[in-house]
Amino acid sequence: MQSASDTAPRPFSTAQIERGANLAAIGNCVTCHTAHGGKPYAGGYPVQTPFGAVHGTNITPDRETGIGSWSLADFTRALREGMSPEGHHYYPAFPYAYFTHLDDDDIAALYAFVMTREPVRAAVPANSVLVPRFAVAIWNARYLHRGALASDASRDAGWNRGHYLAESLAHCSECHTPRDKLGGEKRNEYLAGGEAGGWEAPALNQNSSSPQPWTSSAMGQYLRTGLVDEHAISAGPMRGVVENLSHAKPADVDALARYIVSMERKGPDMANAAPPAASAHGEELYAGACGECHDRGRAAEGGALQLGKAIAVALPTPKNLIHIVQDGITPREDSAQPWMPAFRGSFTDEDLADLLAYTRTLGRKPAWNDVQGQVRAARREGEGK
Amino acid sequence: MTSLEVNGRTVQVDADPATPLLYVLRNDLGLNAAKFGCGLGQCGACTVMAGGEAIYSCLVPISALEGRPIVTVEGLGTQEHPGPMQEAFMEAQAAQCGYCIPGMMMRAQALLEKKPGASGEEVREALEPNLCRCGTHMRILRAVARAQELMKGGR
Amino acid sequence: MSAVTRREFIAGSGMLMLAFSLAPRGAQAGEASHAGGKLPGSLSKFPYLDSWIRIGADGSITVFTGKCELGQGVRTALQQIAAEQLMVPFERVAMVTSDTALTPNEGYTSGSNSLKDSGTAILNAAAQVRELLLAQAARRWSLPATELEARDGAVHGAGGRHAGYGELVAGQVLHVEAQALSSVVPPREHRVMGKSQPRVDIPAKVTGGEAYVHDLRLPGMVHARVVRPPQPGATLRALDTGAASRMPGVLKVVRDGSFIAVVAGKEFQAVQAMRALQDHAQWEAGPMPPADIHAYLATLASQDSVILDRAGKAGEGASHEATYRRPYHMHGAIGPSCAVALFKDGELTVWSHGQGMFPLRAAVAELVGLPKEKVRCIHREGSGCYGHNGADDAGGDAALIAMSLPGRPVRVQWMREQEHSWEPYGPAMISKSRATLDSQGQIASWTYDVWSNTHSTRPGEAGGLAAGMLVAKPFKPSPPRPIPQPEGGGDRNAIPIYRVPVAKVTSHFIPQMPLRVSALRALGAYTNVFSLESFMDELAILAKADPVEFRLRHLDDPRAIDVVRAAAFGFGWDGFRRAPGTGRGFAFARYKNLAAYCAVALEVEVVRESGEIRVGRVHCAMDSGEAVNPDGIRNQAEGGVVQSLSWTLREAVTWDDKRITSRDWARYPMIRFPHVPRSIDVHVIDRPGQPFLGTGEATQGPAAAALANAVFDACGARIRDIPFTRERVKAAMGLPRSS
Ligand code: FES
Ligand code: FES
Repeated sequence: MQSASDTAPRPFSTAQIERGANLAAIGNCVTCHTAHGGKPYAGGYPVQTPFGAVHGTNITPDRETGIGSWSLADFTRALREGMSPEGHHYYPAFPYAYFTHLDDDDIAALYAFVMTREPVRAAVPANSVLVPRFAVAIWNARYLHRGALASDASRDAGWNRGHYLAESLAHCSECHTPRDKLGGEKRNEYLAGGEAGGWEAPALNQNSSSPQPWTSSAMGQYLRTGLVDEHAISAGPMRGVVENLSHAKPADVDALARYIVSMERKGPDMANAAPPAASAHGEELYAGACGECHDRGRAAEGGALQLGKAIAVALPTPKNLIHIVQDGITPREDSAQPWMPAFRGSFTDEDLADLLAYTRTLGRKPAWNDVQGQVRAARREGEGK
Repeated sequence: MTSLEVNGRTVQVDADPATPLLYVLRNDLGLNAAKFGCGLGQCGACTVMAGGEAIYSCLVPISALEGRPIVTVEGLGTQEHPGPMQEAFMEAQAAQCGYCIPGMMMRAQALLEKKPGASGEEVREALEPNLCRCGTHMRILRAVARAQELMKGGR
Repeated sequence: MSAVTRREFIAGSGMLMLAFSLAPRGAQAGEASHAGGKLPGSLSKFPYLDSWIRIGADGSITVFTGKCELGQGVRTALQQIAAEQLMVPFERVAMVTSDTALTPNEGYTSGSNSLKDSGTAILNAAAQVRELLLAQAARRWSLPATELEARDGAVHGAGGRHAGYGELVAGQVLHVEAQALSSVVPPREHRVMGKSQPRVDIPAKVTGGEAYVHDLRLPGMVHARVVRPPQPGATLRALDTGAASRMPGVLKVVRDGSFIAVVAGKEFQAVQAMRALQDHAQWEAGPMPPADIHAYLATLASQDSVILDRAGKAGEGASHEATYRRPYHMHGAIGPSCAVALFKDGELTVWSHGQGMFPLRAAVAELVGLPKEKVRCIHREGSGCYGHNGADDAGGDAALIAMSLPGRPVRVQWMREQEHSWEPYGPAMISKSRATLDSQGQIASWTYDVWSNTHSTRPGEAGGLAAGMLVAKPFKPSPPRPIPQPEGGGDRNAIPIYRVPVAKVTSHFIPQMPLRVSALRALGAYTNVFSLESFMDELAILAKADPVEFRLRHLDDPRAIDVVRAAAFGFGWDGFRRAPGTGRGFAFARYKNLAAYCAVALEVEVVRESGEIRVGRVHCAMDSGEAVNPDGIRNQAEGGVVQSLSWTLREAVTWDDKRITSRDWARYPMIRFPHVPRSIDVHVIDRPGQPFLGTGEATQGPAAAALANAVFDACGARIRDIPFTRERVKAAMGLPRSS
């Protein structure tokens, strides 16, 4: 399979590799660089963009199909300029617009880490993007801001570390900030809530929907474990992020948490207008399908989060809640974590809409718009997969 | 009173509309096949079909099921005249304690009705929600493959 | 331990005569063996033939066994044996399984002993019944019995003369004691035994028939749920029953000390009321053990016994030592425990899926304060149990509740979290191996130590039932005791089966139980075989030998050698091509060192980056003695392999300072379809005429060790701590932490 030179040890120190491992975990790299059921980092995961599907590349050190022949300079250029050694532009689904802020030592550590992975021979499927590669240059001119991030002298080192990680490797705002027509971030609506894989990426700024204000320690716990008592559980694309962060250095995750929470700035809006009345049928469905667990709170035997406290119920659209109800929140088969069952197939679109509308009243929030339409759209999307 | 269609028969059920279907099947209608395993949507022992979809009957209240035909293992055939899925499980001797088996059969039935030519890999994926503690998995897979043949009219 | 030690053909009879004897045949050589005298299998306890077989005047044949059908197919196998020996078609035999009013008391259905105990008894009883019927006809027709033939439920003689069995059994003909010798049908003439027989219980199970105690519906039956303390040892401080007792359908709230239950007309009403009660109960916490259970176990006092001591000089070659650990494992029945009880006219009947109806009767009688004669326990199938799980406890619960509702059948079923947190677990264990090789790379000396709690707290008394521990005047369980060799409990299979000139094996029995434990499939053999067979591989590597060849050169028993060769051959051991990241592993054991021989070879792929283990092909060879139902053996072996892989790859009971935290399948994950092996092939080595050795538990140890050995072969990571989580695999590979 591999020739001897492919697998020969490279001159990296263990400390450097470990530093790279920590950074790779914070960067959530493995998620987009691993196909479903495939070998880690061997690429093939389809990242859906409004312009088509882009596949994560093979970043194992295989010489033919991976990046085994890359120099550190090649690797740096890819991360900082979004350009391959041959001078091709990558599509910005690869978040080089964030990685560009990484410092040299961190890039070298990441390089050490990926170059010491198991080389895997795996070709990646062709992308289906309709945008020509040269158009990316125009995009870059507008959205790629190279150079180091300015640190904020008025903040302490922890906050600045969090800022650096969030804005570079962790690329939080990639999903949590809304995008304009060209797919660029609307920086003036920084962290005001965006979209990821058909899910709503909740606002993390003053628009946050969290029924309870986030604290740094709650956010740290969330990012490390995906679960905060009587507050939140990770779902959708965030599960992969959290799974990765669970392997990162706790101090770095805490720094991220501090930075993010500092963006929330104000307590959430707890006082609400009287919620609209929902159908009795919705209540009945809730009682039969959800109530046995969700009425009782996580502390109770067999209990789950009361939905009045659930972020998904408080978000501006029912998108996430639809995903959660349909597909559940199921941990990876071999990991011991809490579970929410998948209800796909259990309800008709009409019943599901009634049920969702009822849960919204538990959050004491005004009714969502066109719940049925959103349920139908989500189902069509699910069937398309 | 909730009106349900179970295995082709319409029945009136006098139970709290929030009652999960499983309890109605077992207690009110006296059906044995669907089993209580966890009540949490984690094991699939309670799986039946509603409107052509495999559902966890332990989680779905009867009020969500009016007008959606429900099929349980009893609706697939009888001991004397087994349906293809049942025949296949007997042929493959695909049971140890058998407690999980009706749920397996119904999830497989729902899959094959939608996708008669499902590959072995697809069958494994589709059966992921269902647990078997006895480790009968290999036989269950053989039985589902056999059911595929029987449904196609093969012998 | 009984085994056939002498077989002889009685010339001219046309029948194979077996002389049985009971001889201790443990691994300890040199004990006296005394032949003759005692009757084979459970006939030694119940010698009357009509305890086992009854024939009606209409010719109907009923066979009684004190064993229980647990989904292992024993009902079918016993029916095959009876039909064979009685010379009737399989369908002609009706089986009655464990029922304190009807069947012999054969203790527990456990230890893979059913065919050895009950199968042997029925084999001999049926053969003797047939001979009695022949003799009866001979007398009637004044013909020599040798000129008569038993066939299809009748005795046939010259000139078309025949008489049905029903006509021949008049009077007390079968109420006689069994003889030591039986004319069993010679294996080459078998029509039913040794042929794969479709299981009799499967048709009902796949068509929605009444198949389980869970399906029992008695007229007027009501439904109960229990409320359990949040943790073992907690006691009830206060309970407000107001809300629950006002809920629709609720008939009664039962409270006795910390035992709480609610009874309602409909099952879901009982569930809802149970939740309400739960929310209105206040508990006084009990203690939970520290998280590092193995370190804690090591601090507890133990009773040590040397179970093998072969003195001599230690070898001079390389030596090696290793420690292995196993966590608490659950039985994890898919269907939570269930029972139905009815107290009527001063008599209590309990329908239960426990493994021993007679011991359950004793426990229940003590619990409710009735004489044993007033209690009847009837076995009904349940969800697979794999040992002592919550089944007996549920029987106790149902009994206690039924006593307060005379005349009404009460069905109780546990909730999932109750099963997960209240069943008695398979104990956490530690083992240490040390060995030295000689200059030829043979094992010269061997030391092995194993630490374990008891592996049986089965009820036979009220103190063994959950309800008995919770009532206001709790029953004290008797102190835990080790199960003695040669079967052993924690030290089951602790003695190496390999030729080792110098050896010392010590069993450290720890009486104090940090969590409630009892028998789980294979008991200590799972851990000991895992340890020993991992260690054998480690030694083979030290000796630079092929693991299979290394085992073979330490084995003497030809049947052991056959099984090892068959598994290696079936798997294609010698021709194995190792793709990157893949490896092969092998393991062998003879269960209890006196029952079935089993070898497993399998291949895995280890994903280096994630530490994930994927299992590919599995080959298993099994010698269970005479194979009664070969497909039944295959079914059991396939299941045992998957279950053992699940234990080994995924499972560990967890807790915090307040309670058991693995309370559902999410937090106690078990293997699911996408990750079961790609294929499992079982090669059954039939030994016609040899004693039945049982099958059910033989694969648990070998499958675990073969997995460990394959993982090592694939990636150089030697994992000695169960379960083999991704983190452990990565740590053992010495990789930096990553995603
Ligand atoms: S009983 Fe419904 S999923 Fe387990
Ligand atoms: S056959 Fe027993 S749980 Fe599947």
